[in-house]
Amino acid sequence: MKRHPLYGLMAEFNTTDDLLKAAERTYAEGYRRMDAFTPFPVEGLAEAIGFHKTRVPLICLIGGLTGCSGGFFLQWWPNVIGYPLNIGGKPFNSWPAFIPITFELTILCAGIFTVLGMLALNGLPTPYHPVFNAPRFELATRNKFFLCIMARDSKFDAQKTREFLQSLNPREVSDVEA
Amino acid sequence: MGDGLENTPAAGAGTPVLAPGHTYATITDKISSIVLTQKTRWGWWFGFAISFALFMILNLTIGVLLIIGVGVWGINIPIAWGFAIVNFVWWIGIGHAGTLISAFLLLMRQEWRQSINRFAEAMTLFAVACAGLFPLLHLGRPWLFFWLIPYPDTMGTWPQFRSPLVWDVFAVSTYATISLLFWFVGLIPDLATLRDRAKARLSRIVYGVLAMGWRGSAMHWERYEMAYLLLAGLATPLVVSVHTVVSFDFTVGIVPGWHSTIFPPYFVAGAIYSGFAMVLTLAIPLRKFYGLEDFVTIRHLDNMAKILLATGLIVAYGYMMETFMAFYSGNTYDRYMIMNRMTGPYAKVYWILICCNIVVPMSTLWFAKIRRNPAALFAISLVVQAGMWLERFVIVVTSLHRDFMPSAWRMYYPTIWDYAALFGSIGLFLTLFLLFIRYLPMISIFEMRGLAHHLEEKKG
Repeated sequence: MKRHPLYGLMAEFNTTDDLLKAAERTYAEGYRRMDAFTPFPVEGLAEAIGFHKTRVPLICLIGGLTGCSGGFFLQWWPNVIGYPLNIGGKPFNSWPAFIPITFELTILCAGIFTVLGMLALNGLPTPYHPVFNAPRFELATRNKFFLCIMARDSKFDAQKTREFLQSLNPREVSDVEA
Repeated sequence: MGDGLENTPAAGAGTPVLAPGHTYATITDKISSIVLTQKTRWGWWFGFAISFALFMILNLTIGVLLIIGVGVWGINIPIAWGFAIVNFVWWIGIGHAGTLISAFLLLMRQEWRQSINRFAEAMTLFAVACAGLFPLLHLGRPWLFFWLIPYPDTMGTWPQFRSPLVWDVFAVSTYATISLLFWFVGLIPDLATLRDRAKARLSRIVYGVLAMGWRGSAMHWERYEMAYLLLAGLATPLVVSVHTVVSFDFTVGIVPGWHSTIFPPYFVAGAIYSGFAMVLTLAIPLRKFYGLEDFVTIRHLDNMAKILLATGLIVAYGYMMETFMAFYSGNTYDRYMIMNRMTGPYAKVYWILICCNIVVPMSTLWFAKIRRNPAALFAISLVVQAGMWLERFVIVVTSLHRDFMPSAWRMYYPTIWDYAALFGSIGLFLTLFLLFIRYLPMISIFEMRGLAHHLEEKKG
């Protein structure tokens, strides 16, 4: 892929509605490599830029199953195989007594997997990211809404894309250096 | 702000969860300025000095305890569980309200949680930290605590997995970990806000590192919200399980006054009761001193007071059932246990507890006027917390001090080190809490922006 000196073009909007409409128009125009930045989660925005499925629930489920089976095995093995103690002829595998710890470890692993999975899929921590070079981008965590079309999109053309973004009624369109 | 309407019945249900006139920018600036630009207040230093002094007393107590041993406490046989276990149950119960606000109310889509969840979660975390301390100190030889953790040792022995005391280790450590994760995940977008608003180089670096490069990307938000929802779904059953396991510590034993099937639900209700009282104790001064009346409105206080009333009634039902079952069971020991609670050497404690937990709150919280009066609520919340501490004292001490054989009966007299540990732990809690409100946003900024957006949409 040809390396652009430009990471992309950033358009700034004042309201969530403007951003949502702009995102939908951009996707309809055929752009695929884009991202939107908002100070709080905006419903429908991820769909508008063409992001549909998150794998976080699957990771949570895997974590939960790992914790559940691991937690039960942790108690079953010592009591049945590792160091069985016959106390009044009671069963070694007294599974009802193993439920609380199995439950706690299910929750623990599911929670840790969910958080780490979410961070890993989001690529966090990110020590450097070009979008922070955009002017006024610090307002993305305050009260402004941003849409970025990346230069590596196959349809990207510095001139035409800029004109297209201007047509979406933004407050401002600016270059983002890589 | 603090208008005259606060005390009229017209306020309350109609009062918005966010005062009108706020935009994303004003919300952001108001909350972040407390951390970033405002000068540390005289009152903060004053509170911190007292809390830190109490915290140092806790350290001294721990030092004395480690050097001399648990004999410095008033415990004996048969009352082997003294203040340490009372404090443990009290603190962990207080923590539960934070998780309930952040997780359960999120699942129930209660919008009013947005402005109180952050500091309630912080409260949870610090309360669990205080709680975790006491069973460890109570071990007598705390440096051997790792014997409770399953690891392959050279003798091939394992912890007793069928014991509630081992379940406790797993329940409390899971609870602490999940609470920390939940709290930190909730903080990430706000840390990014602080990073972008901070002027000083050091705070930009510190908040920047903690925010991990969060930039509010739509794809990130999508995964983030999903993860947050899943954590809430995991934390809700967890919080119920934790206090259930704590109640198993008692109810699996055969001591009269402990061996009862009503304990798990009654403990969970009691935990929420004392926890919401603590949230009120913290929220009322915070909103006053930091001028946050726009965010934590009378509506919030009213709602929390209603929860206090509801859980208080469940607790009252628990007390009644305990008494009823003692007589209905026909068991001599159970009957004696209840009579001894009400008329024995610790009768005063029992009746003060009934006053604090039932008489005072149940005779006041029914009235909207009182529920919407911050000063009155603050006083009631303190009374409830004292009452809930006394409840655990009654359960632990009066049950143990006279069990089956009169020849084994004894009295329990707390020593100065018992009191030092109790008040010292309050110092630890307040120290951590004051540091939190100084260095982190005490109200979730991004959730308040979302709330403002949502209210605007609803309006039209």
